[in-house]
Amino acid sequence: MTVTATTPVDLRAFLHGLPGVDEVGVEARAAMLATRSIKADAKAAAIDLAVRMVDLTTLEGADTPGKVRALCAKGIRPDPTDPSCPSVGAICVYPSMVPVAAAALAGSGVHLASVATAFPSGQAPLEVKLADTRAAVAAGADEIDMVISRGAFLAGDYRAVSDEIVAVKQAAGDAHLKVILETGELATYDNVRRASWLAMLAGADFIKTSTGKVAVNATLPITLVMLEAVRDFRDRHGRQVGVKPAGGIKTTKDAIKYLVLINETAGSDWLSPDWFRFGASSLLNDLLMQRSKIATGHYAGPDYVTLD
Amino acid sequence: MFSYAPAPESRSVVSLASCYGLFIDGAFEPAKDGGTFPTVNPATEEVLAEVAAAGPEDVDRAVAAARRAFTTWSALPGAERAKYLFRIARIIQERSRELAVLESLDNGKPIRESRDVDLPLVAAHFFYYAGWADKLAYAGFGPDPRPVGVAGQVIPWNFPLLMLAWKVAPALATGNTVVLKPAETTPLSALFFADVCRQAELPAGVVNIVTGAGGTGAHLVRHPDVDKVAFTGSTDVGREIAAAVAGTGKRVTLELGGKAANIVFDDAPIDQAVEGVVNGIFFNQGHVCCAGSRLLLQESVAEDFLTALKRRMTTLRVGDPLDKNTDVGAINSAAQLARITELSEIGSAEGAERWSPDCPLPDRGFWFAPTIFTGVTQAHRIAREEIFGPVLSVLTFRTPAEAVEKANNTPYGLSAGIWSEKGSRILAVAGRLRAGVIWANTFNKFDPASPFGGYKESGYGREGGRHGLEAYLA
Repeated sequence: MTVTATTPVDLRAFLHGLPGVDEVGVEARAAMLATRSIKADAKAAAIDLAVRMVDLTTLEGADTPGKVRALCAKGIRPDPTDPSCPSVGAICVYPSMVPVAAAALAGSGVHLASVATAFPSGQAPLEVKLADTRAAVAAGADEIDMVISRGAFLAGDYRAVSDEIVAVKQAAGDAHLKVILETGELATYDNVRRASWLAMLAGADFIKTSTGKVAVNATLPITLVMLEAVRDFRDRHGRQVGVKPAGGIKTTKDAIKYLVLINETAGSDWLSPDWFRFGASSLLNDLLMQRSKIATGHYAGPDYVTLD
Repeated sequence: MFSYAPAPESRSVVSLASCYGLFIDGAFEPAKDGGTFPTVNPATEEVLAEVAAAGPEDVDRAVAAARRAFTTWSALPGAERAKYLFRIARIIQERSRELAVLESLDNGKPIRESRDVDLPLVAAHFFYYAGWADKLAYAGFGPDPRPVGVAGQVIPWNFPLLMLAWKVAPALATGNTVVLKPAETTPLSALFFADVCRQAELPAGVVNIVTGAGGTGAHLVRHPDVDKVAFTGSTDVGREIAAAVAGTGKRVTLELGGKAANIVFDDAPIDQAVEGVVNGIFFNQGHVCCAGSRLLLQESVAEDFLTALKRRMTTLRVGDPLDKNTDVGAINSAAQLARITELSEIGSAEGAERWSPDCPLPDRGFWFAPTIFTGVTQAHRIAREEIFGPVLSVLTFRTPAEAVEKANNTPYGLSAGIWSEKGSRILAVAGRLRAGVIWANTFNKFDPASPFGGYKESGYGREGGRHGLEAYLA
């Protein structure tokens, strides 16, 4: 099934024909997986993997070139005292900051993601969203984080949401397209599953939970539903899609719970920065503190990890 | 590949003596004839301790102690009895880590389950029935219900401490006294509970624990001074007990075997249904009387569902019960392992297709890989007989009527599960299933406020909830 060949009625029938999600059951499963105890070598490996999966993010009105350059330096070398510490997966900024970040990241191997499409609300005309996307790609972003139109989704106008994703995908060209579902505004797990499939059918390379700008951001059960969706989508269509929880993931303990979730839901194929990212800002420093704790046996204070 | 490092819970929270006596009249003492038997850790076959084997004279002494204590215990105001029960509940919570580790050592169940399921439910049962102790006049059994007397209680090895709580909490709340016999292979947590009773300063003789094999239990339930018999265990033993007490005027409740149907309709929430099926049969190694041991799949989703179920089973972690990441622990005894093995071989011989995930099992101890049989029909023994192990029989159906017919076509009737997103279907099917507990879109969920018990060969009487008081009130 491809979206372009699908009428609105077909798309609705397909999305509403997906198996329902039992709220109590999915939350119980996520809570059970959160009890997994990850120790010793497994923990050390998980921390390094999590560092490589971080989309180190700044999305503030107060962002300046200086702030963005500092963030890029941190992303390339998260722990300046330890060359064995890997770089993060990507730096994520607003489109206006892409030129600065592109210069700072040149040659580092760290990806550059830009939010686009009138982030975070998505409430702008399509032409504006496409121009936003083209500008970010032209300035050097190789990943685009777009938002879906939640208004259209909640109104049941799935075709409009789909068409918009298809158009942005085209405008993004070779850049990887991450589609933000803003799950906190979709409210039900059934909607999260439907929006995940809708985005994947329309060509998303990644599906992402949240903007980080609303009350409910990434949660374990929401991410579990999305991991089930990418797993089932690959089984049916043969194409692998990545997952990015964003917002509210602050500690190493949180991050490891997500890695367990991947491991026991979608499977080890997704345990890679190519297929899973954390949209986060403060998470990285906690990962670094835990990393040095494993190496040295004691916790260093917050002054021993860099700001930004 | 993300492999989890070992994460063992520490054994050091439990200090085990080399030998344990009987708990009679508030004190531990050896059996009159000095007899003992070993209790082993089923995960390693290590002997954990020697335990006294109670003979007829020991049972007589325990019943006599309970009879003496009954006079004062039954005369206490309900609010006073409640204080003891609340105190027991709090001590269990405080000692829950120790008791959870002990339960996993003696039983073989994963620490995740003893920690997150057994112990919280044990405490909850004592809290719940503590609350009833001073409200019995409002329970619907008349204005002044009276205790029955001395209760002889025999419990199984699958949930040693939880089954004790199901038996002891309502008995004490209603003013009865107790002689309890734990299972031969899992006596330790009951003996630690005796210590909890002492710590709570429960009057001597109110709770007595006699350990031993089947003969000890047989003597207890036949004892002429026992007024009420409560048994949880196999249907065969339940039948013997019913015959033995017939005509004696003793009250009896029996909670026996099961062969529950877990019915998955094509409109089920599939991912959660897979979880529920796994939880239904692999929880506690399938040593659960209400286990969902027969999976009834609607044919239109059977193939996809089985693919998802098998994929999920490959992530089950089988091994050391004390490892915090273990999902499936050890089979409780060599005898039980032999029974599971025998019935599974019969399943293959009768033509069902057997499948297990590729999972390495430890060399020592009693282990059985999670197993499913597909292509099972009502005519297969593995669809009719209780296996009491991690073995699932998968059958299919075409219509709701056929599902109900197959689900009810069993000598048992303890529990059943229904998976559907359609509320009207759940209610219609639940109303036609002959089983004591019916779960919708979940399985193996327990709550002290909810009555539990069976139809047909699954026994009679109800435990739990307001209904659970009735068996202990005259």
